[in-house]
Amino acid sequence: MSILERLFRKRNDTASVAKERLQIVLAHERAGRTAPDFLPLLQKELLSVVAKYLEVEDEMIKITLEKAGEISVLEINVELDKARIKKALPVVGAENKPTATTKKAIAGA
Amino acid sequence: MSKVITITSGKGGVGKTTTSAAFATGLAQRGNKTVVIDFDVGLRNLDLIMGVERRVVFDFINVINGDANLNQALIKDKRVDNLYIFPTSQTRDKDALSKEGVARVINELRDNFDYIICDSPAGIEHGALTALYHADAAIIVTNPEVSSVRDSDRILGMLASKSRRAEENEAPVDEYLLLTRYSPERVERGEMLSIEDVQEILSVPLIGVIPESEAVLKASNTGMPVILDTQSTAGIAYGDAVARFLGEQREMRFLKAQKKSLLRTLFGKA
Repeated sequence: MSILERLFRKRNDTASVAKERLQIVLAHERAGRTAPDFLPLLQKELLSVVAKYLEVEDEMIKITLEKAGEISVLEINVELDKARIKKALPVVGAENKPTATTKKAIAGA
Repeated sequence: MSKVITITSGKGGVGKTTTSAAFATGLAQRGNKTVVIDFDVGLRNLDLIMGVERRVVFDFINVINGDANLNQALIKDKRVDNLYIFPTSQTRDKDALSKEGVARVINELRDNFDYIICDSPAGIEHGALTALYHADAAIIVTNPEVSSVRDSDRILGMLASKSRRAEENEAPVDEYLLLTRYSPERVERGEMLSIEDVQEILSVPLIGVIPESEAVLKASNTGMPVILDTQSTAGIAYGDAVARFLGEQREMRFLKAQKKSLLRTLFGKA
């Protein structure tokens, strides 16, 4: 909604509020509906792999699938700044302090 | 070619059964052999809206289980030729609608009727999914109100993924939006989502707009489909919607707020 529209919105105009709220919530829900069923499982398995080397918690991994035209982008974010490297395991490249976020993107149709 | 039309909405209380009764009656009035099926197992109500509650002997579940044949269960309407009512069961549980059983009954009906109207229960559970599974066309009944619009969007998603046509990679279900309980006065005051708002959000072609009308309750009180009340705005609007469904071009009516005359304002007659 433009600023002009906002300025001239009638005092009791609750319908436009309803419309805006619906557009936002439905955009979100429609995106979730097209997501393949394997995403939660993928997240769980990735977490278990990462957990072999690092002490991580559930919310440190975020997986999103976004569609832009013909291309879908699967984005996997692992938050590492709070994670601690497990001492028991020799980790390759452990001297290099991990950056805040590593990002992997796989593009496909 | 017979056609299965599912009347659905997701949300309850928006006018699915009223619309099912009106549409079935309208299609039959125009010479199409039509049957209207109640899919709301356990909460039978189409019989009341159609005024045939005292004539129910056998029901949908009896036919599925082979306890009765179709001819024993179908109730012929006494007002309109070509119109039959297929009541649902009042007692058994919802899972009684087996996929194979329903498919067998629908296919038998397809051989005998031009239009098969499926009155869906509310929700997105087994009953609602069974009602939309066989749809060739679907009429999404929506009130201009946030929860109804959201649930309609949900049901549109179901039609696109869970219908027989979707599963078998056939042409998608024809979807139509029917806006009910519309109040042009409230839309003008900015209190209610407008037709354009709802259409913009759902992007489904509009088949009709039924204005909020006292005639709907009067019709259900007496067990008469409201489309037979040709004096009422709702009855006329349903008639238009059926005509549009059959391919006629008709202008939308009753979309402007009624201006109250001075006399009416003084004496308070609506």
